[in-house]
Amino acid sequence: MSQPTAPMIAIEGLCKDYEGRRVVEDVSLTIGRGEIVAVVGTSGSGKTTLLRMVNRLVEPSAGRVTIEGEDTRAQPPHLLRRRIGYVIQGNGLFPHRTVAQNIGTVPRLLGWDRARIAARVKALLEIFQLDPAEFAGRLPHELSGGQQQRVGVARALAAEPHLLLMDEPFGALDPIIRAKAQEDLLAIQKSFGTTIMLVTHDMDEAIALGTRIAVMDQGRVLQYAPPEDIIARPATPFVDALLGRGDRPFRLLSLGHVRDLLEPGTAQGEPIGPEASLREAFAECLWSGRDALPVIENGQALGIVRREALARQAGRPQ
Amino acid sequence: MRPGLVIRLLVLGLLVAFIFAPGAFGWAFAPLNRPNQPPIYTQSSLLRLTLSHLGIVLGAVLAASIVAIGLAIVVTRRAGEDFLPLSRSLANIGQTFPPVAVLALAVPILGFGNGPTFVALFLYGLLPIFENALTGLTATPPAVREAARGMGMTGWQRLVGVELPLALPVILAGVRLSIVISLATATIGSTVAASTLGEVIIAGLLSNNIAFILQGGLIVAVLAVLIYDGLSAIERRLGRRGGAPLPAA
Ligand SMILES: Nc1ncnc2c1ncn2[C@@H]1O[C@H](COP(=O)(O)OP(=O)(O)O)[C@@H](O)[C@H]1O
Ligand SMILES: [Mg+2]
Repeated sequence: MSQPTAPMIAIEGLCKDYEGRRVVEDVSLTIGRGEIVAVVGTSGSGKTTLLRMVNRLVEPSAGRVTIEGEDTRAQPPHLLRRRIGYVIQGNGLFPHRTVAQNIGTVPRLLGWDRARIAARVKALLEIFQLDPAEFAGRLPHELSGGQQQRVGVARALAAEPHLLLMDEPFGALDPIIRAKAQEDLLAIQKSFGTTIMLVTHDMDEAIALGTRIAVMDQGRVLQYAPPEDIIARPATPFVDALLGRGDRPFRLLSLGHVRDLLEPGTAQGEPIGPEASLREAFAECLWSGRDALPVIENGQALGIVRREALARQAGRPQ
Repeated sequence: MRPGLVIRLLVLGLLVAFIFAPGAFGWAFAPLNRPNQPPIYTQSSLLRLTLSHLGIVLGAVLAASIVAIGLAIVVTRRAGEDFLPLSRSLANIGQTFPPVAVLALAVPILGFGNGPTFVALFLYGLLPIFENALTGLTATPPAVREAARGMGMTGWQRLVGVELPLALPVILAGVRLSIVISLATATIGSTVAASTLGEVIIAGLLSNNIAFILQGGLIVAVLAVLIYDGLSAIERRLGRRGGAPLPAA
Protein backbone atom coordinates (compact mmCIF):
# COMPACT_ATOMS: atom_id res chain seq x y z
CA MET A 1 0.00 0.00 0.00
CA SER A 2 1.13 3.58 -0.48
CA GLN A 3 3.19 5.11 2.29
CA PRO A 4 2.59 8.76 3.10
CA THR A 5 6.27 9.46 3.83
CA ALA A 6 7.74 7.78 0.74
CA PRO A 7 8.76 9.92 -2.24
CA MET A 8 6.25 10.13 -5.08
CA ILE A 9 8.57 8.27 -7.44
CA ALA A 10 11.75 6.40 -6.62
CA ILE A 11 13.63 5.09 -9.65
CA GLU A 12 16.42 2.67 -8.76
CA GLY A 13 19.02 1.40 -11.22
CA LEU A 14 16.61 1.41 -14.13
CA CYS A 15 17.87 0.00 -17.44
CA LYS A 16 16.31 -0.79 -20.78
CA ASP A 17 17.83 -2.83 -23.61
CA TYR A 18 16.48 -2.98 -27.14
CA GLU A 19 18.03 -5.70 -29.27
CA GLY A 20 21.13 -5.77 -27.11
CA ARG A 21 21.51 -1.98 -27.20
CA ARG A 22 21.19 -0.18 -23.89
CA VAL A 23 18.93 2.86 -24.38
CA VAL A 24 18.43 3.63 -20.68
CA GLU A 25 21.46 3.00 -18.51
CA ASP A 26 21.31 2.66 -14.75
CA VAL A 27 19.09 5.62 -13.97
CA SER A 28 18.32 6.38 -10.34
CA LEU A 29 16.34 9.39 -9.18
CA THR A 30 13.69 10.27 -6.67
CA ILE A 31 10.91 12.75 -7.21
CA GLY A 32 9.30 14.35 -4.18
CA ARG A 33 5.60 15.05 -3.76
CA GLY A 34 4.47 18.20 -5.52
CA GLU A 35 7.66 18.46 -7.57
CA ILE A 36 7.83 19.14 -11.29
CA VAL A 37 10.77 17.24 -12.67
CA ALA A 38 11.75 18.04 -16.23
CA VAL A 39 13.71 15.36 -18.08
CA VAL A 40 15.63 17.12 -20.81
CA GLY A 41 17.98 15.86 -23.47
CA THR A 42 18.54 15.55 -27.20
CA SER A 43 16.35 13.34 -29.36
CA GLY A 44 17.10 9.64 -28.86
CA SER A 45 18.66 10.12 -25.43
CA GLY A 46 16.10 7.77 -23.83
CA LYS A 47 13.74 10.28 -22.20
CA THR A 48 10.54 8.74 -23.53
CA THR A 49 11.69 5.24 -22.68
CA LEU A 50 12.50 6.32 -19.11
CA LEU A 51 9.08 7.97 -18.71
CA ARG A 52 7.22 4.99 -20.15
CA MET A 53 8.92 2.65 -17.71
CA VAL A 54 7.24 4.55 -14.87
CA ASN A 55 3.72 3.53 -15.96
CA ARG A 56 5.00 0.27 -17.45
CA LEU A 57 4.16 1.04 -21.07
CA VAL A 58 7.73 -0.23 -21.34
CA GLU A 59 8.92 -2.99 -19.00
CA PRO A 60 12.38 -2.30 -17.54
CA SER A 61 15.23 -4.70 -18.33
CA ALA A 62 16.64 -4.10 -14.85
CA GLY A 63 15.99 -1.95 -11.82
CA ARG A 64 12.70 -0.96 -10.24
CA VAL A 65 10.28 1.90 -9.79
CA THR A 66 8.23 2.60 -6.70
CA ILE A 67 5.37 5.07 -6.59
CA GLU A 68 4.45 6.35 -3.13
CA GLY A 69 6.55 3.51 -1.76
CA GLU A 70 4.75 0.80 -3.71
CA ASP A 71 6.53 -1.27 -6.35
CA THR A 72 4.88 -0.66 -9.73
CA ARG A 73 4.92 -4.39 -10.37
CA ALA A 74 2.61 -4.98 -7.42
CA GLN A 75 -0.47 -4.63 -9.63
CA PRO A 76 -1.42 -5.34 -13.25
CA PRO A 77 -0.17 -2.57 -15.57
CA HIS A 78 -3.61 -1.37 -16.69
CA LEU A 79 -4.69 -0.80 -13.08
CA LEU A 80 -1.43 1.04 -12.36
CA ARG A 81 -1.96 3.31 -15.38
CA ARG A 82 -5.46 4.32 -14.28
CA ARG A 83 -3.87 5.90 -11.20
CA ILE A 84 -1.30 7.86 -13.20
CA GLY A 85 -2.12 10.74 -15.55
CA TYR A 86 -0.50 10.50 -18.97
CA VAL A 87 -0.17 13.20 -21.62
CA ILE A 88 1.63 12.72 -24.93
CA GLN A 89 2.66 14.91 -27.80
CA GLY A 90 -0.15 15.15 -30.33
CA ASN A 91 -2.50 14.51 -27.37
CA GLY A 92 -3.97 11.23 -28.72
CA LEU A 93 -7.58 12.26 -28.17
CA PHE A 94 -10.09 9.62 -29.29
CA PRO A 95 -11.37 11.10 -32.56
CA HIS A 96 -14.78 9.40 -32.39
CA ARG A 97 -15.55 10.49 -28.83
CA THR A 98 -16.75 13.88 -27.68
CA VAL A 99 -14.66 16.16 -25.50
CA ALA A 100 -16.73 15.11 -22.46
CA GLN A 101 -16.36 11.40 -23.25
CA ASN A 102 -12.63 11.83 -23.79
CA ILE A 103 -12.18 13.54 -20.45
CA GLY A 104 -14.37 10.95 -18.73
CA THR A 105 -12.29 8.01 -20.03
CA VAL A 106 -10.41 7.03 -16.88
CA PRO A 107 -13.26 7.77 -14.43
CA ARG A 108 -15.42 5.49 -16.58
CA LEU A 109 -12.76 2.77 -16.47
CA LEU A 110 -12.69 3.18 -12.70
CA GLY A 111 -16.45 2.74 -12.53
CA TRP A 112 -17.40 6.17 -11.24
CA ASP A 113 -21.14 6.81 -11.42
CA ARG A 114 -22.51 8.98 -14.20
CA ALA A 115 -23.31 12.04 -12.10
CA ARG A 116 -19.83 12.12 -10.58
CA ILE A 117 -18.18 11.83 -14.01
CA ALA A 118 -20.38 14.60 -15.43
CA ALA A 119 -19.58 16.90 -12.52
CA ARG A 120 -15.86 16.22 -12.81
CA VAL A 121 -15.86 16.80 -16.58
CA LYS A 122 -17.69 20.10 -16.13
CA ALA A 123 -15.30 21.26 -13.42
CA LEU A 124 -12.25 20.39 -15.54
CA LEU A 125 -13.60 22.15 -18.62
CA GLU A 126 -14.07 25.26 -16.51
CA ILE A 127 -10.57 25.02 -15.05
CA PHE A 128 -9.17 24.79 -18.59
CA GLN A 129 -11.26 27.76 -19.74
CA LEU A 130 -13.46 25.76 -22.09
CA ASP A 131 -17.15 26.62 -21.71
CA PRO A 132 -18.87 23.26 -20.97
CA ALA A 133 -22.04 24.26 -22.83
CA GLU A 134 -20.03 24.91 -25.96
CA PHE A 135 -17.29 22.30 -25.82
CA ALA A 136 -18.57 19.21 -23.96
CA GLY A 137 -20.36 17.82 -27.02
CA ARG A 138 -17.73 18.65 -29.61
CA LEU A 139 -15.51 16.15 -31.34
CA PRO A 140 -11.73 16.64 -31.12
CA HIS A 141 -11.40 17.64 -34.78
CA GLU A 142 -13.72 20.56 -34.07
CA LEU A 143 -11.16 22.10 -31.68
CA SER A 144 -8.05 24.20 -32.27
CA GLY A 145 -4.64 22.69 -31.52
CA GLY A 146 -4.39 24.57 -28.22
CA GLN A 147 -7.87 23.44 -27.17
CA GLN A 148 -7.09 19.82 -28.04
CA GLN A 149 -3.96 20.02 -25.94
CA ARG A 150 -5.94 21.37 -22.96
CA VAL A 151 -8.49 18.58 -23.32
CA GLY A 152 -5.59 16.12 -23.37
CA VAL A 153 -4.30 17.45 -20.04
CA ALA A 154 -7.83 17.59 -18.59
CA ARG A 155 -8.33 13.94 -19.56
CA ALA A 156 -5.09 12.98 -17.81
CA LEU A 157 -6.20 14.77 -14.62
CA ALA A 158 -9.78 13.48 -14.67
CA ALA A 159 -9.40 10.75 -12.06
CA GLU A 160 -7.45 13.05 -9.72
CA PRO A 161 -4.10 11.25 -10.03
CA HIS A 162 -1.31 12.17 -7.63
CA LEU A 163 1.16 11.77 -10.46
CA LEU A 164 1.13 13.14 -13.99
CA LEU A 165 3.52 11.94 -16.71
CA MET A 166 3.93 14.22 -19.71
CA ASP A 167 5.90 13.46 -22.88
CA GLU A 168 6.61 16.63 -24.87
CA PRO A 169 3.09 17.83 -24.04
CA PHE A 170 3.54 21.23 -25.67
CA GLY A 171 5.67 20.09 -28.60
CA ALA A 172 2.99 20.67 -31.22
CA LEU A 173 1.98 24.17 -30.08
CA ASP A 174 3.13 27.49 -31.48
CA PRO A 175 5.27 29.65 -29.13
CA ILE A 176 2.52 31.95 -27.84
CA ILE A 177 0.01 29.19 -27.09
CA ARG A 178 2.85 27.12 -25.66
CA ALA A 179 3.80 29.84 -23.16
CA LYS A 180 0.17 30.14 -22.08
CA ALA A 181 -0.15 26.36 -21.75
CA GLN A 182 2.99 26.24 -19.56
CA GLU A 183 1.60 29.00 -17.36
CA ASP A 184 -1.74 27.18 -17.02
CA LEU A 185 0.04 23.95 -16.14
CA LEU A 186 1.97 25.68 -13.35
CA ALA A 187 -1.24 27.21 -11.97
CA ILE A 188 -3.06 23.88 -12.05
CA GLN A 189 -0.12 22.08 -10.53
CA LYS A 190 -0.08 24.60 -7.72
CA SER A 191 -3.77 24.23 -6.95
CA PHE A 192 -3.90 20.41 -7.18
CA GLY A 193 -0.43 19.70 -5.79
CA THR A 194 0.03 17.08 -8.51
CA THR A 195 3.54 15.70 -8.95
CA ILE A 196 4.67 16.02 -12.54
CA MET A 197 7.38 14.21 -14.47
CA LEU A 198 7.75 15.96 -17.81
CA VAL A 199 9.89 15.08 -20.82
CA THR A 200 11.11 17.82 -23.15
CA HIS A 201 13.96 18.50 -25.55
CA ASP A 202 13.63 22.23 -24.87
CA MET A 203 15.93 23.55 -22.12
CA ASP A 204 13.90 26.78 -21.83
CA GLU A 205 10.79 24.72 -21.10
CA ALA A 206 12.67 22.64 -18.54
CA ILE A 207 13.90 25.78 -16.78
CA ALA A 208 10.49 27.45 -16.92
CA LEU A 209 8.66 24.47 -15.42
CA GLY A 210 11.07 22.32 -13.44
CA THR A 211 11.68 22.41 -9.72
CA ARG A 212 14.45 20.02 -10.69
CA ILE A 213 15.90 19.10 -14.05
CA ALA A 214 17.33 15.74 -15.09
CA VAL A 215 19.66 16.10 -18.06
CA MET A 216 19.92 12.92 -20.14
CA ASP A 217 22.39 11.88 -22.78
CA GLN A 218 22.78 8.43 -24.34
CA GLY A 219 20.55 6.77 -21.79
CA ARG A 220 22.26 8.23 -18.73
CA VAL A 221 21.25 11.01 -16.38
CA LEU A 222 24.23 13.38 -16.38
CA GLN A 223 22.92 15.83 -13.81
CA TYR A 224 19.85 16.02 -11.62
CA ALA A 225 19.52 19.35 -9.83
CA PRO A 226 17.42 22.52 -9.48
CA PRO A 227 17.54 24.82 -12.54
CA GLU A 228 19.79 27.43 -10.86
CA ASP A 229 22.41 24.76 -10.07
CA ILE A 230 22.25 23.35 -13.58
CA ILE A 231 22.82 26.83 -15.02
CA ALA A 232 25.49 27.83 -12.51
CA ARG A 233 27.37 24.56 -12.29
CA PRO A 234 26.77 22.33 -15.32
CA ALA A 235 28.17 18.92 -14.40
CA THR A 236 29.58 18.05 -17.82
CA PRO A 237 30.48 19.82 -21.04
CA PHE A 238 27.36 18.27 -22.57
CA VAL A 239 25.07 19.97 -20.03
CA ASP A 240 26.95 23.18 -20.64
CA ALA A 241 26.43 22.87 -24.40
CA LEU A 242 22.76 22.09 -23.93
CA LEU A 243 22.35 25.30 -21.94
CA GLY A 244 23.97 27.39 -24.67
CA ARG A 245 26.83 29.55 -23.35
CA GLY A 246 25.47 32.81 -24.78
CA ASP A 247 22.12 32.39 -23.01
CA ARG A 248 23.30 31.49 -19.53
CA PRO A 249 23.04 34.93 -17.86
CA PHE A 250 19.55 35.40 -19.21
CA ARG A 251 18.47 31.89 -18.22
CA LEU A 252 19.67 32.66 -14.71
CA LEU A 253 17.70 35.90 -14.67
CA SER A 254 14.58 34.16 -15.91
CA LEU A 255 14.48 32.16 -12.65
CA GLY A 256 14.07 35.23 -10.39
CA HIS A 257 11.26 37.71 -9.90
CA VAL A 258 11.36 41.50 -9.69
CA ARG A 259 10.11 41.21 -6.11
CA ASP A 260 13.46 39.63 -5.12
CA LEU A 261 15.47 42.73 -6.15
CA LEU A 262 13.04 45.39 -4.99
CA GLU A 263 14.69 48.57 -3.63
CA PRO A 264 13.17 51.73 -2.21
CA GLY A 265 13.14 54.77 -4.47
CA THR A 266 11.37 56.22 -7.49
CA ALA A 267 12.00 55.98 -11.22
CA GLN A 268 10.49 57.32 -14.42
CA GLY A 269 8.63 55.63 -17.25
CA GLU A 270 6.64 52.48 -17.84
CA PRO A 271 6.35 50.47 -14.57
CA ILE A 272 6.78 46.69 -14.16
CA GLY A 273 4.94 44.21 -11.88
CA PRO A 274 6.67 42.47 -8.94
CA GLU A 275 5.95 39.00 -10.38
CA ALA A 276 7.61 39.74 -13.74
CA SER A 277 10.83 37.80 -14.28
CA LEU A 278 14.19 39.52 -13.81
CA ARG A 279 14.90 38.71 -17.42
CA GLU A 280 11.93 40.81 -18.54
CA ALA A 281 12.99 43.66 -16.24
CA PHE A 282 16.57 43.59 -17.56
CA ALA A 283 15.38 43.50 -21.16
CA GLU A 284 13.12 46.50 -20.46
CA CYS A 285 16.01 48.47 -18.90
CA LEU A 286 18.21 47.81 -21.92
CA TRP A 287 15.49 48.49 -24.43
CA SER A 288 14.28 51.77 -22.94
CA GLY A 289 17.77 52.89 -21.87
CA ARG A 290 16.74 53.39 -18.23
CA ASP A 291 18.87 52.74 -15.13
CA ALA A 292 15.84 51.77 -13.02
CA LEU A 293 12.21 50.78 -13.45
CA PRO A 294 9.36 51.70 -11.10
CA VAL A 295 7.66 48.63 -9.59
CA ILE A 296 3.91 48.92 -9.20
CA GLU A 297 1.34 46.43 -7.99
CA ASN A 298 -2.41 47.16 -8.25
CA GLY A 299 -1.68 50.86 -8.77
CA GLN A 300 0.48 51.03 -5.66
CA ALA A 301 4.18 51.98 -5.97
CA LEU A 302 6.40 49.35 -4.27
CA GLY A 303 9.82 50.84 -5.18
CA ILE A 304 12.27 50.30 -8.00
CA VAL A 305 14.44 47.65 -9.59
CA ARG A 306 17.88 48.83 -10.83
CA ARG A 307 19.70 47.77 -13.95
CA GLU A 308 22.97 47.45 -12.08
CA ALA A 309 21.42 45.05 -9.57
CA LEU A 310 19.92 43.03 -12.42
CA ALA A 311 23.26 42.83 -14.22
CA ARG A 312 24.96 41.66 -11.03
CA GLN A 313 22.30 38.98 -10.62
CA ALA A 314 23.05 37.69 -14.12
CA GLY A 315 26.65 36.84 -13.23
CA ARG A 316 27.83 33.34 -12.30
CA PRO A 317 26.78 32.60 -8.71
CA GLN A 318 29.74 32.30 -6.34
CA MET B 1 -36.10 16.89 -50.20
CA ARG B 2 -32.92 16.68 -52.22
CA PRO B 3 -33.29 15.57 -55.84
CA GLY B 4 -30.85 12.68 -55.31
CA LEU B 5 -33.08 11.21 -52.62
CA VAL B 6 -36.21 11.64 -54.79
CA ILE B 7 -34.58 9.69 -57.62
CA ARG B 8 -33.48 6.92 -55.27
CA LEU B 9 -36.97 6.60 -53.79
CA LEU B 10 -38.52 6.55 -57.27
CA VAL B 11 -36.15 3.79 -58.41
CA LEU B 12 -36.85 1.79 -55.26
CA GLY B 13 -40.61 2.23 -55.77
CA LEU B 14 -40.39 1.04 -59.36
CA LEU B 15 -38.34 -1.99 -58.37
CA VAL B 16 -40.79 -3.00 -55.65
CA ALA B 17 -43.75 -2.49 -57.98
CA PHE B 18 -42.12 -4.63 -60.66
CA ILE B 19 -41.24 -7.44 -58.30
CA PHE B 20 -44.73 -7.58 -56.79
CA ALA B 21 -46.70 -7.12 -60.02
CA PRO B 22 -44.45 -7.91 -63.00
CA GLY B 23 -47.53 -8.54 -65.19
CA ALA B 24 -48.34 -4.83 -65.14
CA PHE B 25 -45.07 -4.10 -66.95
CA GLY B 26 -45.62 -6.44 -69.91
CA TRP B 27 -46.08 -3.51 -72.29
CA ALA B 28 -42.53 -2.28 -71.53
CA PHE B 29 -40.83 -5.59 -72.37
CA ALA B 30 -43.11 -6.82 -75.20
CA PRO B 31 -41.41 -4.72 -77.95
CA LEU B 32 -38.16 -6.64 -77.33
CA ASN B 33 -39.67 -10.01 -78.22
CA ARG B 34 -41.31 -11.71 -81.14
CA PRO B 35 -45.10 -11.47 -80.80
CA ASN B 36 -45.53 -15.12 -79.75
CA GLN B 37 -42.96 -14.92 -76.90
CA PRO B 38 -44.09 -14.12 -73.34
CA PRO B 39 -42.67 -10.70 -72.25
CA ILE B 40 -42.63 -11.51 -68.51
CA TYR B 41 -41.07 -14.47 -66.72
CA THR B 42 -43.80 -16.42 -64.90
CA GLN B 43 -42.37 -19.93 -64.27
CA SER B 44 -41.68 -18.84 -60.70
CA SER B 45 -42.52 -15.64 -58.86
CA LEU B 46 -40.01 -12.81 -59.21
CA LEU B 47 -40.69 -11.87 -55.60
CA ARG B 48 -39.67 -15.30 -54.39
CA LEU B 49 -36.56 -15.35 -56.58
CA THR B 50 -35.52 -11.87 -55.46
CA LEU B 51 -35.93 -12.74 -51.78
CA SER B 52 -34.04 -15.97 -52.21
CA HIS B 53 -31.28 -14.20 -54.17
CA LEU B 54 -30.95 -11.56 -51.46
CA GLY B 55 -31.10 -14.21 -48.75
CA ILE B 56 -28.22 -16.23 -50.18
CA VAL B 57 -26.13 -13.10 -50.78
CA LEU B 58 -26.71 -11.55 -47.35
CA GLY B 59 -26.26 -14.89 -45.59
CA ALA B 60 -22.97 -15.55 -47.38
CA VAL B 61 -21.68 -12.01 -46.81
CA LEU B 62 -22.69 -12.14 -43.15
CA ALA B 63 -20.79 -15.40 -42.70
CA ALA B 64 -17.82 -14.00 -44.63
CA SER B 65 -17.89 -10.83 -42.50
CA ILE B 66 -17.84 -12.75 -39.24
CA VAL B 67 -14.94 -14.94 -40.36
CA ALA B 68 -12.96 -12.17 -42.11
CA ILE B 69 -13.35 -9.56 -39.36
CA GLY B 70 -12.67 -12.15 -36.70
CA LEU B 71 -9.52 -13.22 -38.52
CA ALA B 72 -8.41 -9.61 -38.99
CA ILE B 73 -8.87 -9.00 -35.26
CA VAL B 74 -6.84 -12.09 -34.36
CA VAL B 75 -3.91 -11.31 -36.66
CA THR B 76 -3.73 -7.68 -35.52
CA ARG B 77 -3.33 -8.71 -31.86
CA ARG B 78 0.20 -9.23 -30.67
CA ALA B 79 -0.38 -12.94 -30.12
CA GLY B 80 -1.66 -13.45 -33.67
CA GLU B 81 0.90 -11.34 -35.52
CA ASP B 82 2.74 -14.40 -36.86
CA PHE B 83 -0.35 -15.56 -38.75
CA LEU B 84 -0.77 -12.35 -40.72
CA PRO B 85 1.00 -13.54 -43.92
CA LEU B 86 -0.67 -16.97 -43.80
CA SER B 87 -4.16 -15.55 -43.40
CA ARG B 88 -3.54 -13.09 -46.23
CA SER B 89 -2.62 -15.88 -48.63
CA LEU B 90 -5.63 -17.96 -47.56
CA ALA B 91 -8.01 -15.11 -48.29
CA ASN B 92 -6.25 -14.51 -51.60
CA ILE B 93 -6.69 -18.13 -52.64
CA GLY B 94 -10.43 -17.76 -52.05
CA GLN B 95 -10.41 -14.96 -54.56
CA THR B 96 -8.30 -16.63 -57.26
CA PHE B 97 -10.67 -19.60 -57.78
CA PRO B 98 -13.14 -18.71 -60.52
CA PRO B 99 -16.66 -18.88 -59.02
CA VAL B 100 -17.69 -21.41 -61.67
CA ALA B 101 -14.88 -23.69 -60.54
CA VAL B 102 -16.02 -23.38 -56.93
CA LEU B 103 -19.55 -24.28 -57.98
CA ALA B 104 -18.33 -27.28 -59.97
CA LEU B 105 -16.22 -28.50 -57.05
CA ALA B 106 -18.95 -27.94 -54.47
CA VAL B 107 -21.77 -29.70 -56.32
CA PRO B 108 -20.46 -33.25 -55.77
CA ILE B 109 -20.15 -32.49 -52.06
CA LEU B 110 -23.19 -30.34 -51.40
CA GLY B 111 -25.47 -31.44 -54.29
CA PHE B 112 -27.54 -29.19 -56.49
CA GLY B 113 -29.35 -26.23 -54.92
CA ASN B 114 -28.35 -23.18 -52.88
CA GLY B 115 -25.42 -24.80 -51.04
CA PRO B 116 -22.64 -24.52 -53.67
CA THR B 117 -23.60 -20.91 -54.43
CA PHE B 118 -23.49 -20.02 -50.76
CA VAL B 119 -19.99 -21.52 -50.48
CA ALA B 120 -18.75 -19.70 -53.60
CA LEU B 121 -20.11 -16.36 -52.41
CA PHE B 122 -18.69 -16.92 -48.93
CA LEU B 123 -15.20 -17.56 -50.30
CA TYR B 124 -15.51 -14.60 -52.64
CA GLY B 125 -16.64 -12.28 -49.90
CA LEU B 126 -13.75 -13.05 -47.55
CA LEU B 127 -10.94 -11.17 -49.25
CA PRO B 128 -12.36 -7.65 -49.63
CA ILE B 129 -13.71 -7.69 -46.09
CA PHE B 130 -10.52 -9.12 -44.63
CA GLU B 131 -8.26 -6.67 -46.46
CA ASN B 132 -10.35 -3.69 -45.44
CA ALA B 133 -10.69 -4.83 -41.83
CA LEU B 134 -6.92 -5.25 -41.73
CA THR B 135 -6.39 -1.78 -43.17
CA GLY B 136 -8.87 -0.26 -40.73
CA LEU B 137 -7.52 -2.02 -37.65
CA THR B 138 -3.88 -1.17 -38.40
CA ALA B 139 -4.69 2.47 -39.20
CA THR B 140 -5.38 3.55 -35.61
CA PRO B 141 -3.19 6.65 -35.19
CA PRO B 142 -0.17 5.73 -33.03
CA ALA B 143 -0.88 8.58 -30.58
CA VAL B 144 -4.44 7.33 -30.09
CA ARG B 145 -3.25 3.76 -29.56
CA GLU B 146 -0.62 4.98 -27.10
CA ALA B 147 -3.12 7.15 -25.22
CA ALA B 148 -5.60 4.29 -24.93
CA ARG B 149 -2.91 2.08 -23.41
CA GLY B 150 -1.61 4.89 -21.20
CA MET B 151 -5.11 5.57 -19.83
CA GLY B 152 -5.25 1.99 -18.56
CA MET B 153 -7.61 0.38 -21.10
CA THR B 154 -7.32 -3.39 -21.37
CA GLY B 155 -6.72 -4.99 -24.76
CA TRP B 156 -10.41 -5.81 -25.08
CA GLN B 157 -11.45 -2.27 -24.11
CA ARG B 158 -9.08 -0.81 -26.69
CA LEU B 159 -10.43 -3.12 -29.41
CA VAL B 160 -14.11 -2.51 -28.71
CA GLY B 161 -13.91 1.11 -27.59
CA VAL B 162 -11.29 2.54 -29.92
CA GLU B 163 -9.93 0.34 -32.72
CA LEU B 164 -13.17 -1.15 -34.06
CA PRO B 165 -15.19 2.09 -33.99
CA LEU B 166 -12.39 3.91 -35.82
CA ALA B 167 -12.07 1.09 -38.36
CA LEU B 168 -15.82 0.74 -38.91
CA PRO B 169 -16.15 2.95 -42.02
CA VAL B 170 -13.34 1.08 -43.76
CA ILE B 171 -14.70 -2.31 -42.70
CA LEU B 172 -18.13 -1.36 -44.02
CA ALA B 173 -16.59 -0.38 -47.34
CA GLY B 174 -15.25 -3.93 -47.62
CA VAL B 175 -18.66 -5.41 -46.76
CA ARG B 176 -20.29 -3.19 -49.37
CA LEU B 177 -17.84 -4.30 -52.03
CA SER B 178 -18.42 -7.91 -51.10
CA ILE B 179 -22.22 -7.53 -51.29
CA VAL B 180 -22.08 -5.98 -54.73
CA ILE B 181 -19.76 -8.67 -56.09
CA SER B 182 -21.96 -11.37 -54.58
CA LEU B 183 -25.18 -9.93 -55.96
CA ALA B 184 -23.78 -10.31 -59.47
CA THR B 185 -22.00 -13.61 -58.90
CA ALA B 186 -25.09 -15.24 -57.37
CA THR B 187 -26.78 -15.27 -60.77
CA ILE B 188 -24.32 -17.96 -61.93
CA GLY B 189 -25.60 -20.14 -59.10
CA SER B 190 -28.74 -20.90 -61.06
CA THR B 191 -26.65 -23.11 -63.36
CA VAL B 192 -26.50 -25.54 -60.44
CA ALA B 193 -30.14 -25.00 -59.49
CA ALA B 194 -29.73 -22.31 -56.87
CA SER B 195 -32.89 -20.28 -56.53
CA THR B 196 -31.65 -16.86 -57.66
CA LEU B 197 -32.51 -14.25 -60.26
CA GLY B 198 -30.01 -16.00 -62.53
CA GLU B 199 -32.87 -18.42 -63.22
CA VAL B 200 -34.67 -15.69 -65.18
CA ILE B 201 -31.57 -14.85 -67.17
CA ILE B 202 -30.79 -18.49 -67.95
CA ALA B 203 -34.39 -19.10 -69.04
CA GLY B 204 -34.02 -16.11 -71.37
CA LEU B 205 -30.78 -17.46 -72.81
CA LEU B 206 -32.26 -20.93 -73.38
CA SER B 207 -35.42 -19.69 -75.07
CA ASN B 208 -33.75 -16.74 -76.79
CA ASN B 209 -36.04 -14.38 -74.86
CA ILE B 210 -34.36 -10.99 -74.55
CA ALA B 211 -37.07 -9.62 -72.25
CA PHE B 212 -36.33 -12.34 -69.66
CA ILE B 213 -32.58 -11.66 -69.78
CA LEU B 214 -33.18 -7.97 -69.38
CA GLN B 215 -35.59 -8.18 -66.46
CA GLY B 216 -33.37 -10.59 -64.51
CA GLY B 217 -30.34 -8.41 -65.13
CA LEU B 218 -32.19 -5.21 -64.30
CA ILE B 219 -33.43 -6.40 -60.91
CA VAL B 220 -29.92 -7.50 -59.91
CA ALA B 221 -28.37 -4.25 -61.12
CA VAL B 222 -30.88 -1.99 -59.40
CA LEU B 223 -30.56 -3.96 -56.15
CA ALA B 224 -26.79 -3.59 -56.33
CA VAL B 225 -26.91 0.13 -56.97
CA LEU B 226 -29.40 0.82 -54.17
CA ILE B 227 -27.53 -1.26 -51.59
CA TYR B 228 -24.16 0.20 -52.62
CA ASP B 229 -25.60 3.66 -52.33
CA GLY B 230 -27.23 3.12 -48.93
CA LEU B 231 -24.10 1.61 -47.39
CA SER B 232 -21.94 4.42 -48.80
CA ALA B 233 -24.18 6.95 -47.09
CA ILE B 234 -23.81 5.14 -43.75
CA GLU B 235 -20.01 5.04 -44.15
CA ARG B 236 -19.87 8.73 -44.90
CA ARG B 237 -21.87 9.54 -41.81
CA LEU B 238 -19.64 7.33 -39.62
CA GLY B 239 -16.51 8.80 -41.23
CA ARG B 240 -17.66 12.35 -40.59
CA ARG B 241 -18.33 11.55 -36.98
CA GLY B 242 -14.81 10.25 -36.57
CA GLY B 243 -13.39 13.28 -38.36
CA ALA B 244 -11.63 10.81 -40.61
CA PRO B 245 -11.10 11.25 -44.33
CA LEU B 246 -13.74 9.53 -46.43
CA PRO B 247 -12.93 5.88 -47.07
CA ALA B 248 -12.09 5.17 -50.67
CA ALA B 249 -15.06 3.73 -52.61
N1 LIG C 1 10.44 -0.10 -29.17
C1 LIG C 1 11.72 0.18 -29.48
N2 LIG C 1 12.48 -0.74 -30.12
C2 LIG C 1 13.77 -0.50 -30.44
N3 LIG C 1 14.40 0.64 -30.15
C3 LIG C 1 13.71 1.60 -29.52
C4 LIG C 1 12.34 1.43 -29.15
N4 LIG C 1 11.91 2.55 -28.53
C5 LIG C 1 12.96 3.39 -28.51
N5 LIG C 1 14.04 2.83 -29.10
C6 LIG C 1 15.37 3.46 -29.23
O1 LIG C 1 15.77 3.89 -27.97
C7 LIG C 1 16.45 5.13 -28.05
C8 LIG C 1 15.80 6.12 -27.10
O2 LIG C 1 14.51 6.42 -27.58
P1 LIG C 1 13.54 7.42 -26.82
O3 LIG C 1 13.39 6.97 -25.42
O4 LIG C 1 12.29 7.52 -27.63
O5 LIG C 1 14.36 8.77 -26.89
P2 LIG C 1 13.84 10.28 -26.69
O6 LIG C 1 12.46 10.26 -26.14
O7 LIG C 1 14.84 10.89 -25.76
O8 LIG C 1 13.92 10.92 -28.04
C9 LIG C 1 16.40 5.57 -29.49
O9 LIG C 1 17.64 5.28 -30.09
C10 LIG C 1 15.32 4.72 -30.08
O10 LIG C 1 15.59 4.45 -31.43
MG1 LIG D 1 10.69 11.13 -26.93
